[in-house]
Amino acid sequence: MNYLRFSLGTAVLAGSLTATTPAMAEDLTLCWAAWDPANALVELSKEFEEASGNTMSFEFIPWPNFADRMLNELNSGGQLCDLLIGDSQWIGGGAENGHYVKLNEFFDAEGISMDDFAPATVYAYSTWPKGEPNYYALPAMGDANGWFYRKDWFARDDIRAAFKEQTGRELGEPQTQLELMEIAKFFQGREIDGNTVYGVSIFTERGSEGITMGATGALYAWGFKYENEPGSYDMEGAVNSPQAVEALEFYKELYDCCTPPGYTNAYMGESLDAFKSGQVAMAMNWFAFFPGLYADPDVGGDRIDFFVNPAQNVAASTLGGQGISVVSYSDKKDAALEYIKWFADPEVQAKWWSLGGYSASNAVLNDPSFVDSQPFAGDFLEAMDGVQDFWQEPAYAELLLAMQKRLHDYIVADQGTAQEALDKLTEDWTEIFEDEGKL
Amino acid sequence: MIEKPIERVAKATPTGMARQIKGLSDKAVAWLFVGPTIFLLLAINIFPLIWTINLSFTNFRANRPNREVEYVGLRNYERILTDSDTWLSMQATAHFLFWTLLLQVLIGFALAWLINRKFRGNDVWTTIIVLPMMLSPAVVGNFWTFLYQPQIGLFNYVVSFFTGVDPSSFDMLGSVDLAPWSIIIVDTWMWTPFVMLICLAGLRSIPDYIYEAAEIDRASKWRQFWTITVPMVLPFLMLAVLFRGIENFKMFDLVVQLTGGGPGSVTEMASINLKREAFEKWRTGYASAFAIILFVTVFGLASIYVKALNKVKER
Repeated sequence: MNYLRFSLGTAVLAGSLTATTPAMAEDLTLCWAAWDPANALVELSKEFEEASGNTMSFEFIPWPNFADRMLNELNSGGQLCDLLIGDSQWIGGGAENGHYVKLNEFFDAEGISMDDFAPATVYAYSTWPKGEPNYYALPAMGDANGWFYRKDWFARDDIRAAFKEQTGRELGEPQTQLELMEIAKFFQGREIDGNTVYGVSIFTERGSEGITMGATGALYAWGFKYENEPGSYDMEGAVNSPQAVEALEFYKELYDCCTPPGYTNAYMGESLDAFKSGQVAMAMNWFAFFPGLYADPDVGGDRIDFFVNPAQNVAASTLGGQGISVVSYSDKKDAALEYIKWFADPEVQAKWWSLGGYSASNAVLNDPSFVDSQPFAGDFLEAMDGVQDFWQEPAYAELLLAMQKRLHDYIVADQGTAQEALDKLTEDWTEIFEDEGKL
Repeated sequence: MIEKPIERVAKATPTGMARQIKGLSDKAVAWLFVGPTIFLLLAINIFPLIWTINLSFTNFRANRPNREVEYVGLRNYERILTDSDTWLSMQATAHFLFWTLLLQVLIGFALAWLINRKFRGNDVWTTIIVLPMMLSPAVVGNFWTFLYQPQIGLFNYVVSFFTGVDPSSFDMLGSVDLAPWSIIIVDTWMWTPFVMLICLAGLRSIPDYIYEAAEIDRASKWRQFWTITVPMVLPFLMLAVLFRGIENFKMFDLVVQLTGGGPGSVTEMASINLKREAFEKWRTGYASAFAIILFVTVFGLASIYVKALNKVKER
């Protein structure tokens, strides 16, 4: 009886305290990929901790496992993450499967306008269905696939003379994809300072998204389209168009002619390693890595420069980047929304850029000083003007795996032709959309 | 009078408990003990199997819990069995299985035969030989990735030393022709000691007097090997093949570490294909059907094999 009385008393006391105490500080967990910008975000978030009284924990997953780990977490209704900076392609699944909190009401209540962010990033990172004003994320990290090269090698008189003699033109940043291959061929196997160097490092990874993200850089530049009419899922003649075949043949030739030996399964890390170890003259990678590359003591500073993905038929780049979402399974949604409100602030966005994150805020991007703020800032703006993204459908993982397989089979494993690879890809995608009930 | 064990046990049983189980038949007591095991077996083996069979006839996707689940009959099975990619992955598995078993049996038996001879340092050599199988497949996969690296890999340099081929001119993991062999080499390196140990147990179980009798009959060493050693070790060898066969049919970790199924899909074994379907594409119904097909294949082959093994034992 005494025990019962004590328990009741405790419960009443606890209830009254809860009713009168202001919202308690929370420990929020933010999930993202483990890479350079994540470290910048940890630094930036210290200000949020000071301002809000909440504490931040971080769960950063290496890129090759990021999608697997996070999508499994979401699919199982896990509560590991309160906030998730998820890939742009997850937005369809995040919205339709109820993983992400819809943010429209919150944005309206807090006066956060999507007009304050770059349209391409809002379209890619926040909306579902695409282009509709239904927002499931705030653009957090603008990104695209770009290129960098050994500026010091390109500036050397002996190399310039040899290039001129071989090609009849001056050595400089390539303006087209074909020029890029010409330069890569020139450097392939060349002796520089006693070392054999190679032309380019490109993405060829099979397991996650690597080869697709690399090859689409060429496909988009040749004018590749996913559908004949947007939203129709009519892919025959678009996915396997003559331009797409030409682009894929180009990417295979670039892989065959100009990459270092054993470059059969390379993504971000391998590309950075190849460049930093002085093996390659040019490399592709996400703009997110460019601040770190520029600061590199061995190949950064005066030795490096950057260029946007060269056009062929059209100017286009593969979209990277992510939006930040509130996970619907979190029991700390209020605090998580508080973080989003803080992160959307233009001053915080300016600091985000200064720390090495790629802000998508117009206040930052349209600032006159932005272009000169970093050697790659102008290229970033140019790239973001022409970005194209992979499917963002709920069946994105299946669509991606099909493309990974068909591209790797053709480009690396040398099986079949480009036309066959794209024909099979069209069949795979058609079957997936039929299963989805969209065809 | 000598007390029987059962009487000792009865006396040792606490009176309270004895009173409680008094009145229960022997059968009921037996069920009391076996019941929990049967329950666990049903819960973690039989129920999931039945559930998987049920899922294999649906279009269920574990990542779309809200989507309506439809029964699609045998469509999943039909699609799997008519999909050329499925057969390619089965071919890759069969190729891997055949060569690893052949190499491991030949090398494992040869090593066991050598180790079985009495010589100095015999135990040290045995320990050194069995080291690879004590390592984690993830570790083995990782360091062989470095050994196979065309520019800095030791393997390429060793091959180059013996053949004169430029070490960076071939890529074990990236070449369509070499990648399947790169996995076979690593699996053979890692698991031959296991086959060796089983063979060694077989060799040591052969009584010396049989060889002595053969010597008296003036049988040659070669004849002794074929008529005594091989038949008497054969059941052990077949057991080793069964263990390795079942393990390698499910091979996953080593391949993921080494090639990830590539280049292209050349080393994409059935288990990797299944994992992609189940946990990357989230086609749960389809993957369930695939899992059932693999289960029936392994179970069927293993049953035939065990029958053969029993016949060999009976000889």
